Amino acid sequence: MSDYILDIDKVDKTFGGLHALADINLKVEKGTVHAIIGPNGAGKSTLLNVCIGKLAPNSGTVNFDGQILTGMHPYQINKAGVVRVFQTPEIFPDLTILQNVMVPAFAKRDGTFTFNFWKSMSAERKIRQEAEHVLEDVGLAEQMHNHSGSMSRGDKRRLEIAMALVQHPKLLLLDEPTAGMSRHDTNRTIDLLKKIKERGMTKVIIEHDMHVVFSLADRISVLAQGRIIAEGTPDEIRGNPKVQEAYLGGAEL
Amino acid sequence: MSMATPKQDMVTMALFTAAVLSAPLWLSPIGANYPDLLQKFAIYGIFAIGFNILFGLTGYLSFGHAAFLGVGSYTAVWSFKLLSMNVIPAVIFGTLLAGLFALAIGYLSLRRSGIYFSILTLAFAQMCYNLAYSVLTPITNGETGLQLDIGDPHVLDSLFGIEYTGLPSTSLFGLQMTGYSGFYFCAVILILAFFLSLRIFRSAFGMKLRAIKSNQTRMMYTGFNTRPYLLTAFVISGMYAGLAGSLLAVTDPLAGAERMQWTASGEVVLMTILGGAGTLIGPLLGVGLIKYFENIFSALNEQTLHEVFAFLPDWIENLTVAIVNPFVGEGWHLMLGVLFMVIVIFLPGGVMEGIRRIADLPRKFRRKAEKRRQEAEHAAALRAAEEEG
Ligand SMILES: Nc1ncnc2c1ncn2[C@@H]1O[C@H](COP(=O)(O)OP(=O)(O)OP(=O)(O)O)[C@@H](O)[C@H]1O
Ligand SMILES: [Mg+2]
Repeated sequence: MSDYILDIDKVDKTFGGLHALADINLKVEKGTVHAIIGPNGAGKSTLLNVCIGKLAPNSGTVNFDGQILTGMHPYQINKAGVVRVFQTPEIFPDLTILQNVMVPAFAKRDGTFTFNFWKSMSAERKIRQEAEHVLEDVGLAEQMHNHSGSMSRGDKRRLEIAMALVQHPKLLLLDEPTAGMSRHDTNRTIDLLKKIKERGMTKVIIEHDMHVVFSLADRISVLAQGRIIAEGTPDEIRGNPKVQEAYLGGAEL
Repeated sequence: MSMATPKQDMVTMALFTAAVLSAPLWLSPIGANYPDLLQKFAIYGIFAIGFNILFGLTGYLSFGHAAFLGVGSYTAVWSFKLLSMNVIPAVIFGTLLAGLFALAIGYLSLRRSGIYFSILTLAFAQMCYNLAYSVLTPITNGETGLQLDIGDPHVLDSLFGIEYTGLPSTSLFGLQMTGYSGFYFCAVILILAFFLSLRIFRSAFGMKLRAIKSNQTRMMYTGFNTRPYLLTAFVISGMYAGLAGSLLAVTDPLAGAERMQWTASGEVVLMTILGGAGTLIGPLLGVGLIKYFENIFSALNEQTLHEVFAFLPDWIENLTVAIVNPFVGEGWHLMLGVLFMVIVIFLPGGVMEGIRRIADLPRKFRRKAEKRRQEAEHAAALRAAEEEG
């Protein structure tokens, strides 16, 4: 029994001739924040897609908390406790902000299918409170009755974080959670993510913003052209010349 | 799109009930207060409410719901023939059997979405229609249609010692389902059907269906297995259609295969979209409009048109009649088609969207006036500053 809650084992994924993921091995310790960084097109999002069952790998397995996720349906993977925040916001644009958060809260309570057609939504007080609580955490409580489709990209992303948090996942996968956010909202999101780190939720975060990465991550993996070229603590990564060259172009860290 | 409170819903329900039960009164000024037409309103209202639970909430557009209407009718007539002239078993069996059909057809059709789903439902319904005319004639009586016979067994009725001389009529424990009693039976069921749909619209289940319509893949990553949700909505709406079909047989115990034809499926799509898909009342408005105008326009012919336009000078009268004539009588469907195009192009949300837009007008005007006032004030302030400076 290892302390690794997520164990990605020799995952390989090709798109036609493109080797998007080549023999990826990645272990994430329970309760830590693991950042994945790398240039555009490195395969970061693809790796998350494999984890949540959106894509099937050509070979290799994803193990999570004693289960093999590879081959499971996306909704089963969600039920196992893995929840993802997407790179391009995936919300329910025709619902209000509050409803957007209530739906995943129902998923947590009702399982994959429940025919609860009689009880009115307005009588679902507990679910509503949970949703409101999380919306306060991400700073969207004031506008919760607004339509979600017309929000800014940064707000949509905060909403998606709320949608993930309301499910209390064991593992939260964040794909560039602060992209499109103002500096102020970015700092807020960092604070929020730090807060949930204290609650012991394991997180994998993909991020271009080094400020975010270095203020959150316990460990960092660097992905380039489908391969992990370096892994270590933030300090190790900062000092790694290979990383500087391949990804950071010698930029000041 | 925030939800109505339970109190508002109770008011809605009370108003709806009052409106339906008093329909013979308030529809009399427009000459729509005779039982035949009122029954049609109620029955197609049930059909459209059910269709709206599928299409309005999930966005899955079925082009085959007439099949369930037909199954409901055939089942009800068989129940009259074999079991009892009482309408209760007929309605129950008609609804249940349509539900079974919906389960099978829905299970297969829901493996696809979008246009492929629509085509699959259409194909299954046309299959049912053709089977009713061919292989299944022992059950459906083919082109003649299934009807009551003098020699029908009515097993349950005989058991209770009820004997019929001549062709019996349908009844609710002795109350004959003709004229207004027939309408009121349908009206009570319509009210119950509307209430159930209201509950579904307001429930977590309804919210999940809306979420599926909004972003189905997201639902899967949120932990929902969307297929059973869609199938449940499909079966419910199929049962509504079966209920409507059996009520058609209650008011006129005759079932023909034409009830299952694609035009009948198309009609319910039209009524729902015309009124406003996804709204509670919209589909009912669509039903009212279409059935009322169908009643008027399909009864017109060239001669009656001449009478209508007799007040015009002769040559204008002849021209008007020549233009209008293709759209009335048999040509009513042409008119329906044109109306449908106009609605979809200019008012995709249907009549309900039109109402909402009109209701929003005062607020829009007020906002505009407010803006103009602010601009005027701003200009005045600028001028004042200039004069000072
Ligand atoms: N479904 C797909 N089909 C074909 N090619 C794909 C697919 N998804 C990703 N790719 C390709 O795989 C490569 C890796 O893409 P991926 O989205 O994982 O990159 P990324 O590291 O997330 O980049 P970014 O920082 O821009 O988000 C890219 O070249 C991309 O074009
Ligand atoms: Mg990406």
